[in-house]
Amino acid sequence: MIRETIGLAVIIIGIAFDFFGVLGLVRLPDVYNRLQAATKCVTFGSAGILFGTFIIQGFSSFGFKALIGVVFIFLTSPVAAHAISRAAHRARIPLAKETVVDEYEKDKELKQSTA
Amino acid sequence: MSLAVKSKIVVFILAILVWLALTGLGLQEIITGVIIALLVSLTAGHFLITTHKQKHTLHRWLYAVFYFFKFLWEMVKANIHVAYIVAHPMLPIKPGIVKIKTKLTKDAAITVLTNSITLTPGTLTVDVNEDKKEIYVHWIDVKATGMEECTKEIGARFEPTLTEVFE
Repeated sequence: MIRETIGLAVIIIGIAFDFFGVLGLVRLPDVYNRLQAATKCVTFGSAGILFGTFIIQGFSSFGFKALIGVVFIFLTSPVAAHAISRAAHRARIPLAKETVVDEYEKDKELKQSTA
Repeated sequence: MSLAVKSKIVVFILAILVWLALTGLGLQEIITGVIIALLVSLTAGHFLITTHKQKHTLHRWLYAVFYFFKFLWEMVKANIHVAYIVAHPMLPIKPGIVKIKTKLTKDAAITVLTNSITLTPGTLTVDVNEDKKEIYVHWIDVKATGMEECTKEIGARFEPTLTEVFE
């Protein structure tokens, strides 16, 4: 009973953060800022939902699958964000107009002019 | 025994254990698991262990556990930070890509550092320059543009602990 309450609480927290992540996807201006929302809130939210499932189920085969899911989300989501942002920058997708500095672009131009 | 073979055997055992934990013990599952684990360990097994065993194992494990909790705390902060920005009606962002320097040398250490940077407040790793040990970071709320200040703001949170764990 207590375990179910805690598990449900964790799941609800996860859903709340997922909601904020999706809201960020809609509201933020460019692909890089959107990735910020997507990697942080959605990782934490989805991991929270899976972890809540694990708390309710315990160390059954079902709960163990949820736990492995948490580990995989934590490992893969930053790598995916890195790949997407790097690809976006290489494809010259512009940064939002609020952007104050872009060291990456500077260094890339330097490399091309010396090569 | 060479390092690559050792690494492949470790990967094989790990893959089989995870597979059996996911599916359960049955003849079909075991046969499929052995075939898949063999394929995985033969094709990608040599990536796991690349250095010989190092000393001070307990010391490193303690720091790894400490790092885990520190990381969890930073991650909770990151999520509240992003939730605040997103829910704020004015959308208070000041994004930019900055450059930070790292002293870590091992591939695994840099990977953990960059993954941690991505999952912690306001920062997202875009690219790594392996020759110069520089990391390009997208920062949603730029507080400094110079490399020294940025390194202090972003990298210094994790680097001392990671040095203890990996180096």
